[in-house]
Amino acid sequence: MQLITCPWCGPREETEFRYGGQADLAYPADPSALDDEQWARFLFFRDNPKGAFAERWCHDAGCRRWLRAVRDTRTYVFAETRPYGRSTV
Amino acid sequence: MTAEPTLTARHPLESRRAALEALPGEPTITLDPLVSAVDLRVDPEPATLAALGAALGGTLPHTADAWTAIADGQALRLGPDEWLLTSAAATPHAWEDRVDALAAPHGGMAVDVSAQRVGLRLRGPGVRDLLAFTCSIDLRPAAFGRGRCAQTLLGQAAVLLVAHGDDDLAVLVRTSFAGYVVDRLVDHAGARTSRLAPV
Repeated sequence: MQLITCPWCGPREETEFRYGGQADLAYPADPSALDDEQWARFLFFRDNPKGAFAERWCHDAGCRRWLRAVRDTRTYVFAETRPYGRSTV
Repeated sequence: MTAEPTLTARHPLESRRAALEALPGEPTITLDPLVSAVDLRVDPEPATLAALGAALGGTLPHTADAWTAIADGQALRLGPDEWLLTSAAATPHAWEDRVDALAAPHGGMAVDVSAQRVGLRLRGPGVRDLLAFTCSIDLRPAAFGRGRCAQTLLGQAAVLLVAHGDDDLAVLVRTSFAGYVVDRLVDHAGARTSRLAPV
């Protein structure tokens, strides 16, 4: 099975993790100024690259911390994983 | 006058005790006595860990996936800012109050999780092979020796594995999944024995 390296726990099976979608999405600075289409684009539209993709994963069955991974969508190879947000790993 | 506690905790795996005692030979699986446990959340500053460790009669683990001994219990590191502290001596409420009071000056807090997990103790040669039937992490003593702990999956249940020695491991599991884990381990132990026995 595919192993994902958790920055805290080390290499673990993929089934211990939960997928969290595209990483690094910025919340709109002034949401009330957005029209419906802009709001829908923030909520529902995501990149779908062929190749390296930065995404969030949560180590549900382990330390329960979020991590930021760069995964190649063609080969499923994880190029890097690192702590997400305010984590102190 | 304080209320007299009349409810005594019953081990959630009482119904499995006979099956565990009937296991042939080693490794043996026994039920650990229920202990008080709190979940401690605090920023992992070295000074904070040193102060809390000294107050609790031991040290708190500084590295990931490690446990250390404290007075009457264990300190297991669950995450960057999270520890599980157990005590066999204090009552759950007293333990929560004490750790919470110790953590408060450092901006931390403790919550009673005594009813969250039950402990199984697996001892004897082959104990790591038995777990490897159903657990995918690297369980060799070199990678998971005494002083290590790990949160992972045993079958489909999330567990906390604790290494006490090369042939001595503890499995802490959520109470509602404990029956599943015990049944699975008993099943594997039986399969191992029958396969190894002369025909």
